[in-house]
Amino acid sequence: MDTLLQTLKDALTIGSLYALIALGYTMVYGILKFINFAHSDIVVLGGWLSLVIATKLLAWLGVDLAAGGVASWWVGPVVLTLAMACCGLIGFTIERLAYKPLRGAPRLNVLITAIGVSLFLQNSGQLQFIFGTSPRKIPSLISDATLFSIGDVQVRLLDLVVVGTAVALMLALEYLVFHTKIGRAMRAVSYDVRTAGLMGIPVDRVISFTFILGSSLAAAGGFLWALNFSVIKQPADTSWVLLGLKAFVAAVVGGIGNVRGAMLGGLAIGLLEGFGSTYVNPALRDVYVFAALILVLLVKPGGILGKAVVEKV
Amino acid sequence: MTALVIWQFLWPFGLIILVPVVLGAIGGSAWRVFWPLALALVVGVLMQHQVRTNMDAYSSKQILDVGIAIILAVSLTIVNGFTGQFSIGHAGFLAVGGYVAGSITYYGSFALFGSAGATLGTMSGLYGAKEGAAFVTGGEGLFLFALLAGGLIAALLGVVVGLPSLRLRGDYLAIVTLGFGEIVRVLIQQTPQVLMSKDAIAAAKPLSVPLSVGGSLGFGNVPKYTSLFWVYAAVVLTLIFAYRLKQSSTGRAMLSIREDEIAAEAMGVKTTYYKVWGFAIAAFFAGIAGGLYAHTIGISLSPVDAGFQKSFDIIIMVVLGGLGSISGAAIAAAIVTYLPELLRTPDTLMKFAVVGVPMLVIGGALLAMAGKPDQGPGKKRGHDPRAFPRAVIGLGVIITGLSILAFVAKRFGINLSDYRLILFALALIVMMITRPQGLLGVRELWDGALYRPLRDFFSARRAEGGAA
Repeated sequence: MDTLLQTLKDALTIGSLYALIALGYTMVYGILKFINFAHSDIVVLGGWLSLVIATKLLAWLGVDLAAGGVASWWVGPVVLTLAMACCGLIGFTIERLAYKPLRGAPRLNVLITAIGVSLFLQNSGQLQFIFGTSPRKIPSLISDATLFSIGDVQVRLLDLVVVGTAVALMLALEYLVFHTKIGRAMRAVSYDVRTAGLMGIPVDRVISFTFILGSSLAAAGGFLWALNFSVIKQPADTSWVLLGLKAFVAAVVGGIGNVRGAMLGGLAIGLLEGFGSTYVNPALRDVYVFAALILVLLVKPGGILGKAVVEKV
Repeated sequence: MTALVIWQFLWPFGLIILVPVVLGAIGGSAWRVFWPLALALVVGVLMQHQVRTNMDAYSSKQILDVGIAIILAVSLTIVNGFTGQFSIGHAGFLAVGGYVAGSITYYGSFALFGSAGATLGTMSGLYGAKEGAAFVTGGEGLFLFALLAGGLIAALLGVVVGLPSLRLRGDYLAIVTLGFGEIVRVLIQQTPQVLMSKDAIAAAKPLSVPLSVGGSLGFGNVPKYTSLFWVYAAVVLTLIFAYRLKQSSTGRAMLSIREDEIAAEAMGVKTTYYKVWGFAIAAFFAGIAGGLYAHTIGISLSPVDAGFQKSFDIIIMVVLGGLGSISGAAIAAAIVTYLPELLRTPDTLMKFAVVGVPMLVIGGALLAMAGKPDQGPGKKRGHDPRAFPRAVIGLGVIITGLSILAFVAKRFGINLSDYRLILFALALIVMMITRPQGLLGVRELWDGALYRPLRDFFSARRAEGGAA
């Protein structure tokens, strides 16, 4: 029973982070129809920026956490906001410089460009004067003392904050996409770019906004990831690539282009991975994810919530 | 003794006569099979001899890497460039071919020769072969068999990966190939440790022996048979095969799928059949490349080789060269493999200005001389005499830019090789924005169309001269 609960807790935590990152993939795919391979690097950037900002902020405040202890409650939100803002700006810049000149180009070219951006971010992050190549520990911004426990499963404040922030951000996005004017514009552009343009929607501005939104969600994902695991690995570590791939798988499984599908897919992949590795074989956790991807695509190519695209001549 | 040595050198030549004759007797054209084999042999021997006598070990290793990259890029061209199916799991085939071939030579050597050391033939080893060893004997025969077996197993997997194309198109198929590559990577990680001795092999379960390929630790103790001879013989055969495929009816069916799948289907092309064929052929050559890679000195095959970053390397070559262009892919493979090495030596790079600056000057002069594009009625569309000077200037800018970069780096004491991957990524982005069709587009080096800008330039000059 305790194993079950523990697995459930871990799987839900990871799943909500997958969902948060999957949203960026799904929104970009919904509008521009290309897999933004640089998204996982924005997540990394978000994680590392949070670390740098938190360290600098604490140094500026004169707080030393080396001996233990937790920063004031407001440091976390400030760091999160700053990291999200920075990554949003970077996402905007990337879109303007790298993707916008390729509007209307074959999708393969855009994909290669995304790979180029990804390589660029990875390798510049590795430079010694940027983030370096060794893993670092993020200052403890949230207390990891046990709040309460169910059986042997301890629930920490940190766990609640991670899951809570992820869920809150997703709810905010849900509201933004389905209940605001800019959200309606995003849905229109994703439905049909040309018609949306003809109807007077500023397509370029909507696309830029989508990138800002996706990148800041990715930054939040990186921040929460760093908090959850406390140690953050070097920017070109393979585990980051795998994280990005799994979040992307989550987006596809849920139905790519579909915001609610990405959330559902993230949770599904998190649960599958968690239960598969606890109850079947921990070494094969990546295999479950990719096998699920292939199965879902073969049985229901549009994903769980997606509609199969009918190709018109 | 001398007769024996001569015989040892001559028998493969006998083989390349015998094989086509047998095939010819069965009902093919013997010549069609004969000359590629002969050419492969001659090119292989020349590369092995010339490079090994004139270059140091490091440079010849790079030339060997370039050869393997060419095979990989051309194999991916068959599926990405010909059939237009976007595969991002190509490294999976590379790894499967490499591991299968490596396992066969490693455990096969134990079974046949009693130890895993390479029993080198004349054409093996970068740094010199055993004196008096016969051509393609013992270990090399096993190596050849292992290469083919690795290629065939990879091709079988290619069929398995190609089958989802029954249901999936475009991006979704691409995602499935990505998943395939990652699954191969994880499964290889789970394999047991390499059995290091005869006793260990005897003690292990017979079925588990060939699967003991080291897991995430890598499989480094494969006997090192790969040499410039083998690599470049394979390069020649791959290029000729790809060229013939492109000309054949199968190839044209593949190209029609790339251009418009629905129209091709409407014209009676069995699209699934050709797509699966494309995957199988591409996987076969990738498997061969994997086998060559696995047996290279200094290489420890590891699960990372099946990962998608390796796949991306191959895709980048194909796209930079021009999707669907065999020669473009080969050239891009050479550039992509060699350029990062060049950045390590800024002094060589600075000398590029000797070529680059004159190219800029000549290109500028030609552009000034070039006439206006034909736009009048009755003339063929697209004749632009300025295209050729522009191409010269474009290449000149790239070459001069590289040497300026090297100069600046040297002046300020920056070590360019620290930044080489960043520069590479930037070059990729700029290339996609300024020249999205790649180096050669869909054309080949031997296509007349590639030289049309040149012809346009001179014919326009002549026309102007005639008018004046």
